[in-house]
Amino acid sequence: MAGSGRAQLRAEPTLLRVEHLVVEYGVGAYRVHAVSDVSFDLKPGETLGLVGESGCGKSTLARAVLQLSRPTAGKVLFEGTDLARAGGAHLRRLRRRVQLIFQDPIASLNPRRRIGDIVAEPLVIAGVRDRVERVRRVREALHAVGLDPDLVVRRRPHEFSGGQCQRIAIARALVLEPQLIVCDEPVSALDVSIRAQILNLLEDMKARYGLTLLFIAHDLAVVKAVSDRIVVMYLGKMCEIGPSAQVFEAPAHPYTSLLLEAIPLPDPDAKLAQRVAAGEPPSPIAPPSGCRFRSRCPLAQSRCAAEEPIMREVRPGQFVACHFAG
Amino acid sequence: MSGAALLEIDNLSVDFATERGPLRAVSGVSLTVGASRALGIVGESGSGKTVLSRAMLQLLPRSAQVKGSVRFNGRELFGLSRQALRQLRGREIAVIFQDPMTSLNPVLTVGGQIAETLREHLGLSRERAHERTVALLSEVGIPEPERRARQYPHQLSGGMRQRVAIAIALSCEPRLLIADEPTTALDVTVQAQILDLLAREREARRMAIVLITHDLGVVAGRTDEVAVMYAGRIVEQAPTRALFKDTRSPYSQALIAAIPKLRAPPHTRLAAIGGAPPDPTRPAPGCAFEPRCRYAQPRCRTEPPRLAAVTEGHACACWFPLTEPTVLSA
Repeated sequence: MAGSGRAQLRAEPTLLRVEHLVVEYGVGAYRVHAVSDVSFDLKPGETLGLVGESGCGKSTLARAVLQLSRPTAGKVLFEGTDLARAGGAHLRRLRRRVQLIFQDPIASLNPRRRIGDIVAEPLVIAGVRDRVERVRRVREALHAVGLDPDLVVRRRPHEFSGGQCQRIAIARALVLEPQLIVCDEPVSALDVSIRAQILNLLEDMKARYGLTLLFIAHDLAVVKAVSDRIVVMYLGKMCEIGPSAQVFEAPAHPYTSLLLEAIPLPDPDAKLAQRVAAGEPPSPIAPPSGCRFRSRCPLAQSRCAAEEPIMREVRPGQFVACHFAG
Repeated sequence: MSGAALLEIDNLSVDFATERGPLRAVSGVSLTVGASRALGIVGESGSGKTVLSRAMLQLLPRSAQVKGSVRFNGRELFGLSRQALRQLRGREIAVIFQDPMTSLNPVLTVGGQIAETLREHLGLSRERAHERTVALLSEVGIPEPERRARQYPHQLSGGMRQRVAIAIALSCEPRLLIADEPTTALDVTVQAQILDLLAREREARRMAIVLITHDLGVVAGRTDEVAVMYAGRIVEQAPTRALFKDTRSPYSQALIAAIPKLRAPPHTRLAAIGGAPPDPTRPAPGCAFEPRCRYAQPRCRTEPPRLAAVTEGHACACWFPLTEPTVLSA
């Protein structure tokens, strides 16, 4: 995978455009190459799914988009403004239009505060001074996520289940009426029966508020259920990006194929994977030269060690970073 | 029960005292695992699957109030001395847990931990135990076993640690392996490797496996039989294929339907189950799934259904079991 390049970027007006994003931590021999030269874009109203295994850089990427950790290099253009260069008050103003939902709904809510105050906090930070206006918007957001404001505003997070806490976190993200919501593994901590409720809710909220979503998850079936396009990442690099139905039906990158074959299907007649991806991802401290996936790739040849593949289009809208794919 | 039964659980109930009153974690569960069979136990959080697995190992805390019986190889486990249980656990019944980092000792080398088990249970000499350790590490797919044996758990990845936990579990040739969410903490490609390893070792050693998971996908291809749990009870038990293709319990059906399917086009609306599981300290008089069940009738609210056979080897706890074979698309 792993490749660089920006052929996949589109000309149309985009809400979010990430160009050559690099995030590295640590110094010297322990430098972690968490995100290495990633470029993608999101059109208004689109959902982009981001999949990959642990350590592929997907959460770091989410944090870098929000400038929660500053990128080492590259641009994060939100409606044309580079968030990576924006500072102080300007960044705070832009951030109101980009919200985040985390994996662990219970840990992401302050246990000592009441639900009404938790959901109102973004409004307070954004400077909505009118208390009546704040109450109105909090109630509207709670109602939108399927909670009865009268029953919940005075209670605290421990009185709610994981699924309800995730609804509250979604209400908090919606209350400022943002344009973009970054969802980092929003349903991974939830049970199957609750997961479907929350995914349906996200789809409803997207339609109702005209949201654009960057949806990060390790579960491919979950990502496919909500995404228009999908990015597959491995060890800090992009492998493949394309329309989600197409990426699932005709994966171009060997890593995407292995990932798809490894999913245990809830079907007793499904054939078990014949070729299970061997080995485990190497360390992002010393990633392999050339293509970072080559150490586990069934197609790898000497060229893959010497030369990093560049993103190229294999089918309309589907781009892959592999010398031999397609 | 047939003579081939290795593990027999009969009418097991487990209660815990809580501030809000008694909590019934497992309620009237009966199960049989035959020698060299693979049984999957599927349930969501709070369904009682982990408490049930702890009861199989007699690893419940002292605060647990237990009724019923658990027999291994015809021998009742409740009331056995600690000494006798120690002999059994690790030797004939082995276990692997979800998070191998917490089940491995962080201050001992992984080789040292495997060798310890071998010397304790099989009485091997230091040299023989070391040889066997290296052989086991190699069997579970760990490259450079000699070097890895000298490393500590924190020096290994999650997948490698789970392989070490499996090596420890297999070291004494157990007849039953209890695997509690063995791949939940692992990435999908590593999960597939570990599930394949377990399936291969079960075959080679003719060992029985109880695979406890929340993921129906994990049991689908790798078990002979599945028990689905909800609110402490078994709601359906069937040969694996029948559970998916001839589902009888409305809960099992709803659970299967709620999984996002890879073949469905993007933005397909999911068949969510409304509501949430019941509060285990406030058991309802009727069927626990009734408030969320789309087929519920008045009777379901007042009388709890018992697990009853619908066909040979297929049981369901529902007053109105489904009859239409399930049309399933994965």
